[in-house]
Amino acid sequence: MDPKVSLSRLWRDEHSRSVIIQVLAVVLIFGLFAYLVRNAIVNLEAIGKGFSFGYLQEPASYDINQHLIEYTSRSTHFRAMLVGILNTLLVAVSGIVLATVLGFSLGVLRLSKNLLANKLAHIYIDYVRNVPVLLHILLVYGIIVNTLPVPREAQSLGDIAFLTNRGFFLPKPIFEPLFLVILGLFTAGIVFTIWFRRYAADIQRKTGEHYPVFWISLGAILGIPFVSYFLIGGPITFEIPALTGFNFSGGMVIRPEFTALWIALSLYTAAFIAEIVRAGIISVNYGQTEASLALGINHGRTLNLVVIPQALRVIVPPLTSQYLNLAKNSSLAIAIGYMDIVATIGGITLNQTGREMECMIIVLLLYLSLSLLISFAMNIYNKRIRLVER
Amino acid sequence: MDWLFLDAAFTGGSRDECSAKAGGACWAVIGERLNLFTYGFYPAAERWRVNLSLVLLIFTLFPILFEKVPYRKYALHIAVAFPFVTAWLLVGGLGLTPVETDQFGGFMLTLVIGITGIGFSLPIGILLALGRQSKLPAIQIFSIGFIEFIRGVPLITLLFVASTMLNYFLPPGVTFDLLLRVLIMVTLFASAYMAEVIRGGLQAIPKGQFEAADSMGLHYWSAMRLIVLPQAMKISIPGIVNTFIGLYKDTTLVIIIGLLDPLGIGRASLADTKWTGLSTEVYLFVAIFFFISCFGMARYSQHLENKLETDHKR
Repeated sequence: MDPKVSLSRLWRDEHSRSVIIQVLAVVLIFGLFAYLVRNAIVNLEAIGKGFSFGYLQEPASYDINQHLIEYTSRSTHFRAMLVGILNTLLVAVSGIVLATVLGFSLGVLRLSKNLLANKLAHIYIDYVRNVPVLLHILLVYGIIVNTLPVPREAQSLGDIAFLTNRGFFLPKPIFEPLFLVILGLFTAGIVFTIWFRRYAADIQRKTGEHYPVFWISLGAILGIPFVSYFLIGGPITFEIPALTGFNFSGGMVIRPEFTALWIALSLYTAAFIAEIVRAGIISVNYGQTEASLALGINHGRTLNLVVIPQALRVIVPPLTSQYLNLAKNSSLAIAIGYMDIVATIGGITLNQTGREMECMIIVLLLYLSLSLLISFAMNIYNKRIRLVER
Repeated sequence: MDWLFLDAAFTGGSRDECSAKAGGACWAVIGERLNLFTYGFYPAAERWRVNLSLVLLIFTLFPILFEKVPYRKYALHIAVAFPFVTAWLLVGGLGLTPVETDQFGGFMLTLVIGITGIGFSLPIGILLALGRQSKLPAIQIFSIGFIEFIRGVPLITLLFVASTMLNYFLPPGVTFDLLLRVLIMVTLFASAYMAEVIRGGLQAIPKGQFEAADSMGLHYWSAMRLIVLPQAMKISIPGIVNTFIGLYKDTTLVIIIGLLDPLGIGRASLADTKWTGLSTEVYLFVAIFFFISCFGMARYSQHLENKLETDHKR
């Protein structure tokens, strides 16, 4: 057979064509990768750098002003990386909590019949959504640093907490061993509540009898630990910050960098969440509310038992991507000097050791795992609230 | 309000002169540095080139955005020629004085990055979305891998990669302009998000449309170009514009690797002892610029949605 004809036949046949295209694509992409990696190896050799993560064990010799675990400038780069990871997680988690609360409130306000509340929420959302998040962070940071007083003229809150532009100084709780008892009671309260809710629901289904679940749970989780706290004699003492020289010492401090990042990220993400919540609530047919009211269920329970469970199905998937965005945006911390992953391992460590490749690989992998973790958790939640169809 | 306008000082040589005049905001800092905010460090004698580029931009955008423009049938040709002409105008060479890209700055830099990103991320995003929906497993796996990787990491880390380690991957001796590296990263970043938006549109197209195109004897690219994509794109307009707005806002991140967009200029101005402590004024000014452009884009997308609405009104 003429080879030209058989080639064009191969191309005309759908199956063999798809194989050809894929083989070409694989060869092309792996070829490109191989080329890039070869270049990297040649380049690294030329300047005499190897590829190893050994530098992580060397002392970091820089300071991190906010650390959740023990850290000094003599700690290793690895330790600095852990501090960075914890700082990122701290701002991401607290940001997600605040943004969710604010976002849901704003979303409900946007649907309010009160014209003023509605319009104010609308203007706020439009402004925040159309301005870059980095600008919000710098603006909030600027306001905190420029308007709050210096430590010497600190705004005192009852002489135990102090508001300054170097941070918010709070009394630091020191836990005595007896405090473990309270912690134990608190945990027991939560376990009891989970069991009791199931038990009460079971009883209600069988007999129609209704227990005051909320009040009993509240008593079990907060009431009993609270009362026993005073019975044992208050096993927490507080270390109150005091002004020494130009700054406060002792106590606990929330740095302005953290506050600015936290507030700015939450405000920004809240505006997006508000629009998602609004769309979710609108998507629930008004007939559902009417039907529920017609059954004699009051307004609060209608919202809780009928509207919100249905709205959540629409809300959760886009909410997940907002959470992911917030976690990723927390990397902007570096602009105001909050020491997160990017600022520690991808910033100072990178500059000190000159190991760009290794540092950036660590940073990229850490963010990838954080993103995967959030979407994994939200997928589980999404499965739980999904419409169960027969 | 009082602070913004009534008590504000609009002229003055420094912060002290401002506060001597009025107790409110000090807008003089903006007036003094307006040129810097607009052009960055672009040489003063060559600024007409930036202005001309802006005129060309408006000339190119008009026939794309609005229907009743006389030269609309050439819109596509103009749009293809535009990037080359402006690149030549801004960078120079071939008869014009060359201008280094590290002199780009201010609003002009925002527009350069934003418009390049918007222009190139749409076609790449479409290809990635089609790749992800493709029946060929190899293509599909590569598309998914690329999209999920980019979406899993923050843009700032990609910019760091661009500024610190991209040179390692190039053949020895070859270096790349920093602005060009940033442009590539921003475009790739936006195209991954674009791909997901368009995939949503593609998934909303009923299977019958694909089958109908097949039974008409159209091959893959014609079917996509004539039947599937026009419908999918219409559905995804709000998402596409949101991605554009996100990209445009993300251009501010370049200050972290040392490029001076308006926000960067603002920060640099605050470092000047004459103007320290005026962060609120400077940042508000930049915020207004971004608000106007992004809000404009959002409004245009609403207008487009209404225009393309083919369903019956309920």
